[in-house]
Amino acid sequence: MNPNNLPSYLDQSEAVKARFDRINQRETILEVRDLGKRYRSLQGEVEALRGIDFSVRRREFVCVIGPSGCGKSTLIRILAGLESHTSGDVLLDGKPVTGPGQDRGMVFQGYSLFPWLTVKKNVMFGPQMNGRAKDEAERDALLWLDLVGLTQFADAYPHQLSGGMRQRVAIARALVNQPRILLMDEPFGALDAQTRSKMQSHLIDIWKNIDVTVLFITHDLDEAIYLADRILVLKAHPGEVQEVIEVPVPRPRSPGQFNTPEFRATKARLEELIHPEREPEPEDEQAVKPHLIRFTDVHDNVE
Amino acid sequence: MSTTSKWLGSVDGDARKRMLLGIGSFLLPLLVWCLVSYVPFVWHPKVHVIDPGGVDYFQVDMLVDKTMFADEVANMEREHLAVPTGKSANPIYLPAPDQVARAFYNGFVNPPQSKDVPSMPASLWHSIQIIFWGFLISSIVGVPLGILSGTYTLMGRLSEPFIEFFRYLPAPAFGALAVAILGIYDGPKIAIIVIGTLFQQVLIIANTTRKLEVTLIEAARTLGTRNIKLLSKVVVPGILPDLYRDQRILLGWAWTYLIVAELIGTSSGITWFITQQARYQHFDNVYAAIMTIGIIGFGTDLILARLGRRLFPWDRTQDRR
Repeated sequence: MNPNNLPSYLDQSEAVKARFDRINQRETILEVRDLGKRYRSLQGEVEALRGIDFSVRRREFVCVIGPSGCGKSTLIRILAGLESHTSGDVLLDGKPVTGPGQDRGMVFQGYSLFPWLTVKKNVMFGPQMNGRAKDEAERDALLWLDLVGLTQFADAYPHQLSGGMRQRVAIARALVNQPRILLMDEPFGALDAQTRSKMQSHLIDIWKNIDVTVLFITHDLDEAIYLADRILVLKAHPGEVQEVIEVPVPRPRSPGQFNTPEFRATKARLEELIHPEREPEPEDEQAVKPHLIRFTDVHDNVE
Repeated sequence: MSTTSKWLGSVDGDARKRMLLGIGSFLLPLLVWCLVSYVPFVWHPKVHVIDPGGVDYFQVDMLVDKTMFADEVANMEREHLAVPTGKSANPIYLPAPDQVARAFYNGFVNPPQSKDVPSMPASLWHSIQIIFWGFLISSIVGVPLGILSGTYTLMGRLSEPFIEFFRYLPAPAFGALAVAILGIYDGPKIAIIVIGTLFQQVLIIANTTRKLEVTLIEAARTLGTRNIKLLSKVVVPGILPDLYRDQRILLGWAWTYLIVAELIGTSSGITWFITQQARYQHFDNVYAAIMTIGIIGFGTDLILARLGRRLFPWDRTQDRR
């Protein structure tokens, strides 16, 4: 027992243990072996990722978390095929990844919907690019729009939607291609807290009902614990896997679990891993020294 | 009205107020012109002779300097001869608004008085054709080249340094060369417009293309889009509203090369009309012709802007002006 009377994050209840056993029996969808990425920058050669090793099983929900600069975005972009790696292998269903493909769907942090297409046509885009007939693509698009609850906005343009709705469309657009794995790069990062928690529950609902595996990047610890089966914790400079945590919080999950001992124990562990000690501030931050001058009456105090 | 809308111009705005300000921006210079033309003590450096009196070199309708007129009046009074009379007037090169308005009306409604003087509509039509062909040829080459240079780094690096150099060469400098190659009629004129527009066009459109959100291209790639489809289904539709706006600006650019272009070889079109009228000192016609160019240019742009809002309902920057 630690001083806060929390159980260890490694303790799993019987149900959770059984669930992980079931997951581990499923086939591996994504396998990353000794992945490394170096690139040249003005400051010389930078090692963004080093020796990343992990695998994701079918219908598993894996979150990747780490401090800024740990290369988590680089990792997901390599998996999507948008960037190349310099060493190691990325295998999807045993086949190496060489470039972007419809077997991996991606949801970006920024709004990546095509502004010139209506919501429905945005979702139809993937199937049409992959040679499906228009009416077939339209039928699929409407089905997926229904699934994310946006049927009535089918003919709206993206700029007419709220941030949360746009990300719903982005999810539908990625899923309509029926990818083996859905890669999500901080998809809810730009949303307000309320919309964000709604979207998290919605994502879990979608994941429960569809044969899809999710790899989700976030910097929000609560979000990672709430969503994930396993959390891949990265450390920065160079980006390496620090620990893979099996989340002991039982499913089905609900926002009410944020205060359970398992949840808090996991969060305490993540905090320990991600903020071990105060990192020295980067130099450009140090150069900024606010020089406060009193601009109000000396008696006009707010505190 | 909030401070932000004062600076950025609110998007919805007060349409009536905007309309009034728009009309006002035209009325103000017109008001200044009226003041100078109709208020006798404002400027009016000349005297329009009505009765030459005893001055032997004065004639009816002659314009003389105010001081010279005053000297002659003094002379006549000293010599007890008939004193000349006249009223103060502006120089011949500044006709009053009503004269220009009359010239404008006559230019379009009444047929030209003589055969060898060109009519304004005919000259104008010829000029519009020159602009049309010049801009069309420039766009056929410039738009695809600009998009390709903006999309593919290799293409951009290969084409842009030379274009960057070439655009500093003044288009009119190629006049003599264009005449030598293309003859003296419309060929060299169209060529000057093309030279003046094309190089700017490639650079502007390449820049516009580069500003397309990279995420859109990446999203399309993860959805299975490749090669030429990336260009035709993502890049082109993505930049289309901005491309359209660029083309509007470039069309204005093409008009500014018109006068120089039409002076090359046998002068023609509205330029010939203007130089001919200026030679006969019909400055009212000259002003009417210059204004017609402005009205046509500005009018086309207004129509194109309106059309743009129709064509690109998703682009909200189209309706901010």
